[in-house]
Amino acid sequence: MKCAPKVSSTTKEHWNSRLGVILAVAGSAVGLGNFLRFPGLVAEYGGGAFMIAYFFSFLLIGLPICWAEWTMGRHGGLKGFNSSPGIFNAIWRHPAAKYLGIIGVIVPVVIYMYYVYIEAWCLGYSVNFLLGNMDFETVKQSGAFFDNFVGKNADGAAIGSFSLQHVGIYLLIAFIVNFLLIFRGISGGIEFFCKYAVPTLVVLAVVVLIRVLTLGAPVPSEPNENVNNGLGFLWNPTKNYVVETDVVTGDISKREIVDKNLIAEFMAKANQEIDGVTYHIEKVGVVEQLTNPQLWLAAAGQIFFSLSVGFGVIITYSSYLRKKDDIVLSGLAATSANEFCEVALGGLITIPSAVAFIGVAGLSGSLGGFALGFNVLPMVFSEMPGSTLFGFLWFFLLFLAAMTSSISMLQPGIAFLEETMNIDRKRSVAILGLVTVIGCGFVVYFSKDIKALDTLDFWVGTFLLFVLATIEIIIFGWVLGIEKGFKEAHQGAAIRIPKFFKPVMKFVCPIFLITVFVFWVLEKFFGIKPGHAEAELSGYVTDLFGDTPNTAARLSVLLVIALFIFFGIIVSSVQRYRDVHTNWKEDS
Amino acid sequence: MTSGGWLIMFISVGTVCLLFSWCMWKVLSTPGETEHMHSFSADEKTPDTKPPFKQR
Repeated sequence: MKCAPKVSSTTKEHWNSRLGVILAVAGSAVGLGNFLRFPGLVAEYGGGAFMIAYFFSFLLIGLPICWAEWTMGRHGGLKGFNSSPGIFNAIWRHPAAKYLGIIGVIVPVVIYMYYVYIEAWCLGYSVNFLLGNMDFETVKQSGAFFDNFVGKNADGAAIGSFSLQHVGIYLLIAFIVNFLLIFRGISGGIEFFCKYAVPTLVVLAVVVLIRVLTLGAPVPSEPNENVNNGLGFLWNPTKNYVVETDVVTGDISKREIVDKNLIAEFMAKANQEIDGVTYHIEKVGVVEQLTNPQLWLAAAGQIFFSLSVGFGVIITYSSYLRKKDDIVLSGLAATSANEFCEVALGGLITIPSAVAFIGVAGLSGSLGGFALGFNVLPMVFSEMPGSTLFGFLWFFLLFLAAMTSSISMLQPGIAFLEETMNIDRKRSVAILGLVTVIGCGFVVYFSKDIKALDTLDFWVGTFLLFVLATIEIIIFGWVLGIEKGFKEAHQGAAIRIPKFFKPVMKFVCPIFLITVFVFWVLEKFFGIKPGHAEAELSGYVTDLFGDTPNTAARLSVLLVIALFIFFGIIVSSVQRYRDVHTNWKEDS
Repeated sequence: MTSGGWLIMFISVGTVCLLFSWCMWKVLSTPGETEHMHSFSADEKTPDTKPPFKQR
């Protein structure tokens, strides 16, 4: 005779309101990528073309995987499981399912280990703005502050100092607040916090947006550097490049220009030799930009990372819902909230403010997340009228955005420990706390060139994210089945998923995802870019297998493998997971 | 910014604003939705207490 399975206390947790769960999922999705990564990509690839690819990716990847996660999560939750291993195991009658589900625990837990570190940067920057410690005249100065703040110059430099101009104290605060909130549970902690934090960050973003859009041309000596040109850099459909050729050496340089007077000036100089240099203007239109595979890869990647799909969070969050709770509208609402923050707020703040102070040329090479966010923008905000207030508001809103994401990363780990070890929340929080303290300490210690963070972000925050999302959409479309999946999704639904999403979720989404994944692997592993003849192994690969491997990178990957083994041992010993398959066999 | 830039910006920002507004309106105006999200109270029998398999 078999014993009835032990039931952990976690399954009695619940969301308190529909708006609460929407704000929690939206809060999980809205993060630093909305305010730092998205604007950089739009500016780099050209507003018109990028947005076309972006909205396509939203329809073909973002929404389908999002709805699949909500549906599978609730489906698994109704069977008494709240973590990815349990949910996958409950849907797919294969012993491998629960092991694949471990990725859904590894991803958020490991990302938390370095994300809380970045969260601490935002908190530290906001406090230092408030204290008047942020007065930079050049990007180099703010870059030096950043290097010192995070201990980028040497391993271990970020540990041991608790001064206000080092990350330590802020990391401690962020860590404690995260765990206090997660300890309070789904409703009392996550939902309670997100209900206030998400609207607050939207209000703060609107305040900062108004400040940025009313900047005009803040540097009188540089009238070309203004908000209007910043918006143009971001949204103009046609990109204009001035190509300079040195007549003697034959060297060619190319840079983007936005200001219409400047364009006219170079047009007038076109094909004339002036001081040994000839100029011509190269125009790249929307259609031509759309033929660039890199643009599609970037747009799909942004949608993917921005919506937190393939993260293991939504599937756990939705497992706390009831059979008749709506998931279709809730999923769409949470997704749309994220898009609103990304396109309407993030897309209008970062680049225009940066161009207004340092111009398009000054931004060259700094469109990526950390360079833009922690080198360029601190200098920009420190030069802005009302710098103390607006610098504080900006970095505090980034801190809130990061915080709503980081607490969501802890819940899958909590649910996993409660479910597999049959322990209460207090014990699961203690165990997860210990695991994440070790992991976070590792990331903070290996702070030279923020190597550990970068490595984990690549292998877990990007590579495993793709893998998990691909597994999820295949399980939804091919194991659970589209018809059954749609039937499940429509239980209690306030709106219906349009029928054309059936073939999209079964065929188009997996193919699109796998295609993007293959191109991503080719580029990021092997350095093969479409249209580029030269190729060399990326630093992420040579750090591990090259002639001079990087210790921090290798240890980072070992840390992830150790976690896989640890979680794998736990999963293999869970009787409840085995019982699901035993009873299926008996039923059949 | 060119007129094409303004157009793209308004379409992009307008689309997400409209979608977000419609979703919020729909969520807040659907009767009874908030109430039925109050799912498992402490003393209520939850789905997990009914195991997903037969007991012998």
